[in-house]
Amino acid sequence: MDPLDRHRLTAEVVMLAEKYGRTRSGLLPILQALQNHYRFLPDAAMQETADLLGLHPVEVYAVATFYRFLDIERKGRFMIRLCRTLSCDMKGKDAVARQLELELGVPFGQTTPDGRFSLGWCNCLGMCDHAPALLVNDRVFTGVTRESVFNILQGCRRALSSQVAPGRLEGPDVSR
Amino acid sequence: MSAGRNRLPTFAALIPGAALRRAAAVSPGDIRDAVRRSGLRGRGGAGFLTGVKWNLAAAAGGQEKYVICNADEGEPGTFKDRLLLSDFTELVFEGMTLAGRAIGGRCGIVYLRGEYRYLVPHLESILAKRRTKGLLGREILGVNGFDFDVEIRLGSGAYVCGEETALIESLEGHRGEPRNRPPYPVTMGFRGCPTVVNNVETLVLACGVAAHGPEWLRSVGTEDSPGPKLLSVSGDCTRPGVYEFPLGTPLRDVLGAAGGSDAKAVQVGGAAGVCVPRSQFGRRLSYEDLSTGGAVIVLGPGRDMLAVARNFVEFFNDESCGQCTPCRYGNAALMAGIEKLEQGRCSISELNDLLALGETMQLASKCGLGQTSPNAFRSIASHFRGEILGHGQGNGGGHE
Amino acid sequence: MSDRRAKGADAAPRAPMSQRRGGPDKTDFAGGIGGSVRLAIDGRDLQVPFGTTILEAAREHNIKIPTLCQHDDLCIAGICRICVVEVEGMKTLQAACAFPVTSPIQVRTHTRKVRQARRHILDLMLANHYGECYTCWRNRNCELQTLADEYGVDFFRFGRQTHRRYAVDNSSYAVIRDMNKCILCRRCVRTCIDIQEVGVLEAVERGGETRIAPYMSRPLGEVICIGCGQCINRCPTSALAANDPTDEVWEAIDNPERHVVIQTAPSPRAAIGECFGLPAGIPLTFKMNTALRYCGFDRVFDTNFAADLTVIEEGAELLLRLRESAQGDTLTHPMPQFTSCCPSWVEYVEHFFPQMLPHLSTTKSPQQMFGALIKTYYARKHEIDPGGIVTVALMPCSAKKFECNRPEMCASGFKDIDYGLTTREMAAMIKEAGIDLPNLPDSGFDEPFGTTSGSGVVFGATGGVMESAMRTVLEWVTGSRIENLFGQGQALPVRGFKGIKYAEIPVGKTGPVPAMIGGLFKDFRWMEGRMLRVGVCHGTANARRVLEDIASGGRFSSCDFIEFMACPGGCLGGGGQPIPTSPSIRAARARALYSEDEHYTVRKSYENPDILRLYGEFLAKGPSGMESHRLLHTKYTPRGKYIW
Repeated sequence: MDPLDRHRLTAEVVMLAEKYGRTRSGLLPILQALQNHYRFLPDAAMQETADLLGLHPVEVYAVATFYRFLDIERKGRFMIRLCRTLSCDMKGKDAVARQLELELGVPFGQTTPDGRFSLGWCNCLGMCDHAPALLVNDRVFTGVTRESVFNILQGCRRALSSQVAPGRLEGPDVSR
Repeated sequence: MSAGRNRLPTFAALIPGAALRRAAAVSPGDIRDAVRRSGLRGRGGAGFLTGVKWNLAAAAGGQEKYVICNADEGEPGTFKDRLLLSDFTELVFEGMTLAGRAIGGRCGIVYLRGEYRYLVPHLESILAKRRTKGLLGREILGVNGFDFDVEIRLGSGAYVCGEETALIESLEGHRGEPRNRPPYPVTMGFRGCPTVVNNVETLVLACGVAAHGPEWLRSVGTEDSPGPKLLSVSGDCTRPGVYEFPLGTPLRDVLGAAGGSDAKAVQVGGAAGVCVPRSQFGRRLSYEDLSTGGAVIVLGPGRDMLAVARNFVEFFNDESCGQCTPCRYGNAALMAGIEKLEQGRCSISELNDLLALGETMQLASKCGLGQTSPNAFRSIASHFRGEILGHGQGNGGGHE
Repeated sequence: MSDRRAKGADAAPRAPMSQRRGGPDKTDFAGGIGGSVRLAIDGRDLQVPFGTTILEAAREHNIKIPTLCQHDDLCIAGICRICVVEVEGMKTLQAACAFPVTSPIQVRTHTRKVRQARRHILDLMLANHYGECYTCWRNRNCELQTLADEYGVDFFRFGRQTHRRYAVDNSSYAVIRDMNKCILCRRCVRTCIDIQEVGVLEAVERGGETRIAPYMSRPLGEVICIGCGQCINRCPTSALAANDPTDEVWEAIDNPERHVVIQTAPSPRAAIGECFGLPAGIPLTFKMNTALRYCGFDRVFDTNFAADLTVIEEGAELLLRLRESAQGDTLTHPMPQFTSCCPSWVEYVEHFFPQMLPHLSTTKSPQQMFGALIKTYYARKHEIDPGGIVTVALMPCSAKKFECNRPEMCASGFKDIDYGLTTREMAAMIKEAGIDLPNLPDSGFDEPFGTTSGSGVVFGATGGVMESAMRTVLEWVTGSRIENLFGQGQALPVRGFKGIKYAEIPVGKTGPVPAMIGGLFKDFRWMEGRMLRVGVCHGTANARRVLEDIASGGRFSSCDFIEFMACPGGCLGGGGQPIPTSPSIRAARARALYSEDEHYTVRKSYENPDILRLYGEFLAKGPSGMESHRLLHTKYTPRGKYIW
């Protein structure tokens, strides 16, 4: 790792630890913040976090691998998680999955070579009344169809080119 | 969505602020007493008496006490808390404040599932609004010593964190692995302090009890299951969504309202719940009969029941915390069994072993997740035994 | 970096609450603290102290409940569920190990539900365990195997593993991990995090993917494992093992060109009987010598000789440091001096407290001193080509395998120690040779290292190095017999299994400088009336406490000398000792060592005539001289705790 990057990363972890407290209770918020920023948990960040909170690095690693929304490998700019639980399954999640793979050219569990999209599964998103549902980063899309997969991906691409924050994606409104 | 509110008359009638104003006028003991007499039971699914929980936490020693709102709504097929958090937000926080007053705690934490992170800005804005109105913070409603504030903490994609001790482990920065009990969180919870963990819906209903008295809740429901219950209906029905029904309502009525009367079966209670075949649609949704956190997944006439079982067992294989043997390895064994069933290679004795294993998992697992994980498989395998045994052999239950 | 650590916020014990039994809230119950409570197990009425677990109550009354994840040294996990029992009035079965009795309850330990659950749990473990019992080193010493036998497993109900799912990790010199055998009881995790606070192993991933792994799932050789092997001792199966060089040792024995010598440490002789069905605490020193000769070793030496040498070198170094600090120089060799004979401890400091390395005595461990001497002094004296000597060390230790492979351990010009064998591996070799160890005649140790003092033998127990060092140092300084100071020389307040011990020993009047160290000191007047402050600790979690205390200027920072042993109980509880281990087994081994000590005629290292001869003939400049520094002292490497 570039020493400069390492320095910046250390400074960021120190800042986060100040914000969330240097106790073990601060661990998840710190990891979540790192995940949001880097789209994964860099090795050095985990070790710095461990050091600051008085933990062993393996304890941080154990926590990181327990939670599905924390990654230890770099993910794409847009992390797409398709719900695979029963209600979405019954409403055609398989078709949506095939379409996603087709559009992105990578199977589930992988990231596109350009680093823009990662495909993954998730369990129930709590959108069963508007199934099938998927998450793009924090954003929920419901009632997804083959056609809307394309639109969602286009929205992401547009957001990238216009530098819109990923939280402000265009697309159908989030259903409550 | 306003369409949702119309289906929830009891909840829609609750006015934010009313419960707290009433609570500020009475003693904490009076609040607990009202909740205890109302017979309010936890709406997360387990149905523990809220009044008892609050009394235990109030009686426990310790300087600091915590109120945790369990908004880790991860049960497949459940989404009623999402609605409460977005449309009845004030009542959720009010219920927490009430609980804080009742047990003598000043810190509230909403453990919000990571999947609902998009709700955070909304929740924060409501919190700010309530602080401005003097309904949160120091000396709430001007009452000396009535201090309470709420912090939002996010989950990160782990169903097991809906189990209260796993939730606390997660808050403390650990893997979400359920604890040994006793001790229970009411005496030794977050950071070793007495902690009540209540479901979102429970907290909202507690507001109703505090505002209108115990009889308000008892006006609907049954003796042992008083009050209304929110149901999340999804699957093969024409009108999926969140519905309010009195506890004790027959399943058939729910299906009628949601447009799923032709169902072959219904999965009640999500992945952890049981599969109810058509012949038992007269059963009632209540703690005495079909206990549920609110998930009602309608399975239409053509559904392949083995695929349903597979979906749930896969779910538990992924979501088990992996700590205890029966749940970790048991779900893997059920998965292997389902694969055999799919290929038509599962003998009767093997199926019987799997059903017995299910019993062991129910009895010997460390926490509620493990104990309920074989429910779906066991109920499907007993109600649809012919269908699943016939799978892959071309002479099955005649479905598909 | 340690200044940035969270201070006391989430202090020990460190295992997640999920893996701990919380104490019952005693205020909730009328019984109160110190009260007792009645319960019935299988219809037998018992009375136990309030808060006793069902398992403890049952054991107390000889009612057997099977256990697996439970271990007497570790906090309660309640995760394997093999100990489930029925408690009347409760819907589900309860883990006996984790259920505190706080009200009168009825417990049943072998109802249909319980029997079925136990069977299923074993069936499930066997379905996930790559069982190759015939070829497994834990065959007939495996808790899973025993449970399967005792609880009626008669077929693989849920299948079995037919191939390895994981590659065996043999990247470490000391510890080998085979996750194909792991059943996720997490004893290793609790050992590594709670007892040792080294924190190499944790459960990672979840659900069906759960496994035990080091940081980032790296090989053990690449993370900050100190090789103490405590995880091996507590593993119920063979998922953890020591790196076994038995084949190479046999090969050397078989080769007529090789002169194979073995040195035996004190702790193995106090424990090896356990591998032959004897109860713990029966020393087999001289029978084992015979067995080793029968095995084919050309010479059998006593590591205690090198322990005596260690005492002298380390004692001289201590006095030199004391003089330096009396003269105001506290920078070159900061006080307190730390012992350096435990290789895991040395590695622990290198990784976790590299800034404290100057505190470590530069004296090598007895094993490595001996290796250097065998391939120089002994080779020359007996006119043997040192290149043809194979040095084997029988140690209670897994980290000794790492130590002998440290690149700097080649003072003789050769690899000073070629192979480290554990007690377990030695027992297996003796069995393989068809030797009936418990019934052999006695035989002694070989010359020129035939005489040893009792000081060496107590090295095996926590406090032993300190006791030995004090016996010599105090007599050097005061010129009077230690027996006059402390009864029979045993009353030094450093014995016992307390995790951290502290003692103050008044020096009183000093005497003339003995000839042996006459080249180093003119007099000891600067020690007159001084108080020697010493500390002893074992288990690296305790070591961390002491080091943190020193760093923050606490009581131990004013110490002169501190003994550190990585393993609980000291070497007798080492990672190469027979399995199982428990506090009572370790206590029995300690009794064996101390009783051995009492039988020695020479009990102080500096009175050992063979040692005097060695200094006379070979290490001519005496303790801490040039030759001894070349062969008997070493240096350390700051490694740091970051894993790159």
